[in-house]
Amino acid sequence: MIRFAQVTKRYESGHEALKSVSFVLDRQEMAFLIGRSGAGKSTLLKLITRVEKTTRGQLIVNDKNITRLSSRQIPFLRREIGVVFQDHKLLYDQTVFDNVALPLVVAGIGHREASRRVRAALDKVDLLNKERLYPIMLSGGEQQRVGIARAVVNRPVVLLADEPTGNLDPQLSDEIMDIFHQFNEFGVTVLIATHEHRHIDRLRKRVLELEQGRLIRGGEGMED
Amino acid sequence: MSDYLVRHAQVFLSSVGQLVRSPGSSLLTVLAIGITLALPTLLYLLVENVQNVTRTWQGRAQISVFLQLDTTNEAARALQDVLAARPEIESSRLITAQQALEEFKNQSGFGAAMDILSDNPLPASILLHLKTGHDQPELIENLVRELEANPEVDLAQWDMAWIKRLHIILRLVQRSVLILAALLVLAVIIIISNTIRLAIMNRRDEIEIMKLIGATDSFIRRPFLYGGVLQGLLGALCAGAIVSACVGLLQDPIGELVSLYHGDFSTTGLDPRSFFTLLLAGSALGWLAARAAVGRYLGQIEPA
Repeated sequence: MIRFAQVTKRYESGHEALKSVSFVLDRQEMAFLIGRSGAGKSTLLKLITRVEKTTRGQLIVNDKNITRLSSRQIPFLRREIGVVFQDHKLLYDQTVFDNVALPLVVAGIGHREASRRVRAALDKVDLLNKERLYPIMLSGGEQQRVGIARAVVNRPVVLLADEPTGNLDPQLSDEIMDIFHQFNEFGVTVLIATHEHRHIDRLRKRVLELEQGRLIRGGEGMED
Repeated sequence: MSDYLVRHAQVFLSSVGQLVRSPGSSLLTVLAIGITLALPTLLYLLVENVQNVTRTWQGRAQISVFLQLDTTNEAARALQDVLAARPEIESSRLITAQQALEEFKNQSGFGAAMDILSDNPLPASILLHLKTGHDQPELIENLVRELEANPEVDLAQWDMAWIKRLHIILRLVQRSVLILAALLVLAVIIIISNTIRLAIMNRRDEIEIMKLIGATDSFIRRPFLYGGVLQGLLGALCAGAIVSACVGLLQDPIGELVSLYHGDFSTTGLDPRSFFTLLLAGSALGWLAARAAVGRYLGQIEPA
């Protein structure tokens, strides 16, 4: 589903954030991406959604080589990938319902079908009763669940999350991770960047570890 | 297709919503656009009306053809027939030398003095009234030259040379209006593109998020383009109202002034066609301005 082949990312400043990273994440697999801050976790995720462009190497997502994607095609790549952000990135002047509906509106899906899917997504994160509220009225954990509902509403094949539990207490953090785990069991490929090793021990999933831009664990031809 | 239309309608309505949500600044922008568009429209109407006035005056354009003193009445009458047959002549009147003398005696009060003279010093003359359509200054001058080439004609006089001057002045005004209109149109584009630029900057985060979840550039562009068109359209409506008010206020004094000279002129306001053109121009300017702002600033916003 996601294949990194000797991917290097060098920023214009000259900083090399990723150095020849190679790994394959299979369809329906779930993995944690760990490493200290600055190790390149966020950069790796940004390459997958083409927020950043690879400098060298090949990157295949959902059978498409995205190193050669034209800017016109980028929106369509992003519609196949659900992303959950640490800072939620919600629209605070719109209701929970409208926030979750946004990917469907953007993709031009009809109103009736969209409402049905939004409710299904909100149901999965247990927020169906709060669809008319504004994000600011919700707790941090609830806001993150809105972010997750928005990420999955378009039924993406890949779900990425960048420190999704960063600001939450352990109990809420576990709840969020369990939601990701559920989606994985429904068949979604999941890659989560986190610094909380607790989840790794608890959920026993594959681990990819970055250190100063190099993959030192979980990569191709490496033992776990 | 219907889905596509529904989506456009939604975006359009949300643009209306954006305007309504900030009524103060929207109103000010629309007013500024309205005033800016009203100025060239008013000047255009001014030129139109002045042209209408001169058109009615020129309907009266006449040429006096004075004949040589030794021309006989028969020759004069023959010449009148020839001239009356010309296509540009509406009507003609022959004033024989005797008639001219009578008229002069009656009107000047020098009747007794004229009796002393043994010969009639006044020539016969033919008055020519021109058809409308043949009354442009250039055509009249050509005609005058042709008439003077006639051996019986001593002098052909066109006593409305000042109309020629008016025409030149009008042309000057017309061109000034055009230049002014171009400048004001530029001002409208700047006003609208600036408000669109501010709208884009205010919604920076939203645009980033939209891009992150797979919105195409044209999807993001759409509400801003509609916003621009809407502002232009409302501005044009506002300009129409201003112009109508101005014409309404000026109508009576102009009517009074005109009736002092000759009463067959009424001011033309904004007719439906011009009004429609104004709305179309406003919308087009709004679209252009939004397009410029969007092209310039939307590309700068990329998620990071």
